Amino acid sequence: MPRLLTKTRFITIAASVALVFALLDPFMGSADSKIRIMTATTDLASLAQEIGGDKVDVEAVARGYQDPHFVDPKPSFLLKLSKAELLIVVGLELEIGWLPPLITQSSNPRIQVGAPGYFDASRFARILELPTGQVTRAEGDVHPLGNPHYWLDPDNGLRIAKGIQNKISEMRPNDAAYFAERYDAFEQRLKQSDQQWQAQMKPYAGRKVVTYHRSWPNFAEHFGLNVVGYVEPRPGIPPSPQHTVELIGQMKRDAVKVIMVEPYFDLKTPNSIARDTGAVVVVLMPSVGGEKEITDYFKLFDYDIAKLKKALDETH
Amino acid sequence: MKRFAALSALLLFYSFAHAQDAPTLVVKSDVSRANTEDARMKILEEQVRMLAGEVAILRSDLAELRKTKSPERSSGPQVLLASARPEPGMLSPSPAPAAAQVVQTQTFGGASGNAKLLNPDISLIGDFIGTAGRNNVSPSPSLEMHESEVGLQAIIDPYARADAFLSFGETGVNVEEAYVTFTSLPAGLLLKVGKKRADFGKVNTIHNHALPFIDRPLVTNNLVGGEDGIDDAGFFLSRFLPAPKNWFLEGSAEVLRGDSAEVFQAIRRQDVSVVGHLRAYRDLTESTNLDLGLSYARGHNNNGSNFLTNLYSGDATLRWKPLRRAIYNSFLFRTELVWSARNQLSAALPSLLQTEHAFGMYSSAEYRVNRRWTVGGRFDRSGHATDARLTDSGVSGILTYWPSEFSQIRGQYRFGHLATTPTDFSNANEFLFQFLFVMGAHGAHPF
Repeated sequence: MPRLLTKTRFITIAASVALVFALLDPFMGSADSKIRIMTATTDLASLAQEIGGDKVDVEAVARGYQDPHFVDPKPSFLLKLSKAELLIVVGLELEIGWLPPLITQSSNPRIQVGAPGYFDASRFARILELPTGQVTRAEGDVHPLGNPHYWLDPDNGLRIAKGIQNKISEMRPNDAAYFAERYDAFEQRLKQSDQQWQAQMKPYAGRKVVTYHRSWPNFAEHFGLNVVGYVEPRPGIPPSPQHTVELIGQMKRDAVKVIMVEPYFDLKTPNSIARDTGAVVVVLMPSVGGEKEITDYFKLFDYDIAKLKKALDETH
Repeated sequence: MKRFAALSALLLFYSFAHAQDAPTLVVKSDVSRANTEDARMKILEEQVRMLAGEVAILRSDLAELRKTKSPERSSGPQVLLASARPEPGMLSPSPAPAAAQVVQTQTFGGASGNAKLLNPDISLIGDFIGTAGRNNVSPSPSLEMHESEVGLQAIIDPYARADAFLSFGETGVNVEEAYVTFTSLPAGLLLKVGKKRADFGKVNTIHNHALPFIDRPLVTNNLVGGEDGIDDAGFFLSRFLPAPKNWFLEGSAEVLRGDSAEVFQAIRRQDVSVVGHLRAYRDLTESTNLDLGLSYARGHNNNGSNFLTNLYSGDATLRWKPLRRAIYNSFLFRTELVWSARNQLSAALPSLLQTEHAFGMYSSAEYRVNRRWTVGGRFDRSGHATDARLTDSGVSGILTYWPSEFSQIRGQYRFGHLATTPTDFSNANEFLFQFLFVMGAHGAHPF
């Protein structure tokens, strides 16, 4: 006959298990004075690195070639999040499908929503496509708070960097001068580069393009492109034959010769549209790290503008 | 306009006055005087620049306000859907444009200001199931609105969030889960208090609508309490554990009242049940990962307070999802093994206490063929908890179609070889179909 354990014994066991958990704490008390920063995307990581220099340790959750709407909340991220002092997110519900459980399960009070270590970059950026009137999912996977792909505008990059500078200066007042210096240098470099980018794109001002997803409104606005259609019939809805036919008609009418596609979308439909319309499909990177050579925020625009310029030249 | 100018002037004056003492905070005392002057100028410039930005915002806000003064802020519906995570203290710096005609002015930040009231995120997931074919052992209705699950989720205060899932079924309402999660505990502890699906294996933690099949595996029905599984009120404590490099280890210890469907029953207050779970996870490559688990559960069964049921389980999941094509292709293989040791009176000698040892398992695989289609299959085998000589087995083939992220249509062919006596079996051939639809906030799926 098995011996039946009593309730008190079991509660004792449970309590001691809890105690053991509490005592085994390898993550506390790191003497390292670098600010440990986690970001949702690589672009934010790059901006944080620009400002933080060697006083920060930055890592991103999503990779640059990954669709930032669909990231698996893998437990391997939890360990990193559990040690982070600052979490920088894109916001506007871009990460709603994967970040909230990661934040909760990280059991890190510093980065919980609303805590001082939770930094929503969208608060500093200029946001486009704020939906007006009633929002329903008949329009697809709309973002009720505005288009979250705002980092593809260097002006927004600068604004976010300023926000990050203020934030990390607050966290490490002793290094505030260092961060201010780095921000100034970054601002200068970015403004210079932006002048070059603008100059490169100037000849194509007003050119009509089609994009796969609505990832490029800020980019298009900043560099003077005119996005007239999308391969997706609605955001987040895969291409449908009827919409594709309509889009081909529209592209022919408007003489649209360039289709911009994000690296995580299938090229079958864009290619077939291109064949029918004589357009060129160009895969542009929406994020740092999308290709090996895109190692920072500057190279992101270098890469995209070079590719786009080539495509626009080819189809002139 | 006059008022506005006065306001700007006031702001400027304030900032200059403030700037007088600000630099001393930043500039170290040992820096030479020239540097101090430089830094001071820089900071002043900086502040002027920031103020200019603020003035721009104010100006645009003012313009908006003038434009939209008469039609009051538009009402209800748009707020409902926009219910994102409320973020305490995260009001946007500018009141967001509410009226329809404002397309783009200089606006910093999203529409969070007016969209995020203090409502929780509200969602409803409808789960409609139909069954055709023959099953003499455990028949289910031909058509049923299996459940409508209402989810309410919100951040409670800076220290906790809460999640509640109320399931409206054919027979009534059931609080499937309702718990508060304390996220700010010391020592990396995460505590959930309330009613929750216990961390026993994998399938026990997953809501019906998030399963890769329509039904639950036979082993769940035979050994782990059926559809609701181990779902009980209590304390759920978990923590990451020190692990070898590249591994992630998490331990959970849970103390529950002891009432979980047919598997555990508490007659006395002290008949609590406990659940322990250890999870080990490792990324094999960027796109492949391995997820392992060991679980233990112990509680009193329906024979009375002196009769215990011990459950042991092991689970393994292998996932593959190439990051560049994550929305098109993925593969998942999962298997779970459950051993049950149940105290009961012997059928042959009713005065004798015996422990019935039963074993059950399932293995399932699913492959995402493209953005809209997934194929899958499952193999089941499980003894009965009360009589291990009765063993059921089954196979299923599953086909799923997603019109969008928010709806799902699924068909499942299920063959069951179900034991009625130790030697007799009844074969069940069934076709199940399911329609799922999601309203409201995106719920993140468990991983």
